[in-house]
Amino acid sequence: MEYFNFEELKLESGEKLSPVVLAYETYGRLNADKSNAILILHALSGDAHAAGPGGWWEKMIGAGKAFDTGKYFIICSNVLGGCRGSTGPSSINPKSGKHYGLDFPIITITDMVNAQKKLIDHLGIEKLLSAAGGSMGGMQVLEWLVGHPERLLSAIPIATAGRHSPQQIAFDEVGRQAIMADGNWNEGNYYEGPAPERGLAVARMVGHITYMSDRSMEDKFGRKFRDKKQLLRKFTAEFEVEGYLQYRGDSFVKRFDANSYLYITKAMDYFDAFHGKSVSEAFRGVKAKVMVLAFKSDWLYPAHQSQEIVKACKLSGIKTAYCEIDSKYGHDSFLVETEEETHLIRNFLKNVKAD
Amino acid sequence: MSKLIEQEYNVISKMIERGATVLDLGCGPGDLLALLKEQKGVKGQGIEIDQQAIYDCVGKGLSVFHGDIDTGLPEFSDRAFDYVILSQSMQQVKKPDIVLTEALRVGKKVIVSFPNFAHLSARLQLGMFGRVPVNPSLPFEWYNTPNTHFLSFHDFSAYCRKRGIKIEKQVFLNDRGRIRFLPNLLGMVGIFLISK
Repeated sequence: MEYFNFEELKLESGEKLSPVVLAYETYGRLNADKSNAILILHALSGDAHAAGPGGWWEKMIGAGKAFDTGKYFIICSNVLGGCRGSTGPSSINPKSGKHYGLDFPIITITDMVNAQKKLIDHLGIEKLLSAAGGSMGGMQVLEWLVGHPERLLSAIPIATAGRHSPQQIAFDEVGRQAIMADGNWNEGNYYEGPAPERGLAVARMVGHITYMSDRSMEDKFGRKFRDKKQLLRKFTAEFEVEGYLQYRGDSFVKRFDANSYLYITKAMDYFDAFHGKSVSEAFRGVKAKVMVLAFKSDWLYPAHQSQEIVKACKLSGIKTAYCEIDSKYGHDSFLVETEEETHLIRNFLKNVKAD
Repeated sequence: MSKLIEQEYNVISKMIERGATVLDLGCGPGDLLALLKEQKGVKGQGIEIDQQAIYDCVGKGLSVFHGDIDTGLPEFSDRAFDYVILSQSMQQVKKPDIVLTEALRVGKKVIVSFPNFAHLSARLQLGMFGRVPVNPSLPFEWYNTPNTHFLSFHDFSAYCRKRGIKIEKQVFLNDRGRIRFLPNLLGMVGIFLISK
């Protein structure tokens, strides 16, 4: 893990954040003319550790994989507002000497991307070969496309949306309310005492339900009990699905900051790749090639949202490929269905520089 | 690629001007689009329903949309393309009438190709032997054919008259080459350039 420090970032809200750190990792080698760099963008709970053992996209990034580190120079940074090495609400506020908490300014996907752009500048890369990511990572891809069209040759937004629907905002709000309803949250000032772990765990449990499909839950858990001999014990985790969600919630709180969860989900809800413009105007001036991927069983980011992105691309004359991959794993498919993604991404990247 | 398909693609390529914009409906693995890109420098895109075929298109660097042409083409404005192509796909869709109407809306011209169900060999197989025809342009068995509509060249001409569609050019082929004499009896594949 490396750290890129810079003096100041002017935020979309007009506020200034200073100083700023971005945690990042790189894989593979930057070639002599710096033309083989691909920026990988992570989702809500991801971090800079995308590849290698325990990396969140380990199956996709590496020698001979879709993002082939033998050919490409891969960069992944933890988002602004995160809690995995980059500046966020759990960082120390230089003005007070204490953790920011709710003194941290509101940040947007645009701010995250502007911070990444400084990192790309710092690495001396004029043009990215591609930017790719799923879910919130896909939103950052879209923001790169509209915010810095001259800085990338191609873009791969996966299982994402140009803007959140009310349903998506609603799920995020349930997560935020769960955190804020936890007595330990204390208006965001919990860094000296116990953290709002119950609230954050519940938020994560709701999240996990939305990441799976009806069918993948049926296949994975059915109505199975964890222990048939231990039933009717008044609201303990008896069903396997209950045990799984509790385990996921409990392990999440060990690695994630509740305030980061609030700030980042809000950034996703605010995001509008079209920036209020009509679909036909939104992507004007974009020259990059685009490949949009969706998954059939993803009901959190349904295919019609990907198709709206494709429509906007087409109306602006962008060369666009779109595939709706047949997968049963719901929104999680972009992390799980790597064989299908590999076919498409490898083929797509091969042709980025053609004509 | 079969001889018949190869001939068909060459005929289609000749109908299209250099640098034209093309939408290929049911583009399959993208062979025709790739050929048109290479020979005519077209700005092409395809729509295809089969996922494996999408992989092939992406591998050829084509713009392709994974979708069902039966649901219409609402994302495209009127006359958005110089040519819309339905190569061997019209007879496979659920609603050819709607697909053709949409194709004629978004394309200034439309190129349609399909197998002739009234070819001599088909007539013999059905009329003499009482069997569903199988020949180079209808290479499938009844249980695995992707074709859902069976028509002759005369049927298509009648349809165009009924809908006020102008046939600008028509070329008929069999597995040995171009057919000019009794095409509805001797032609296996018809390629029609039509406009509204």
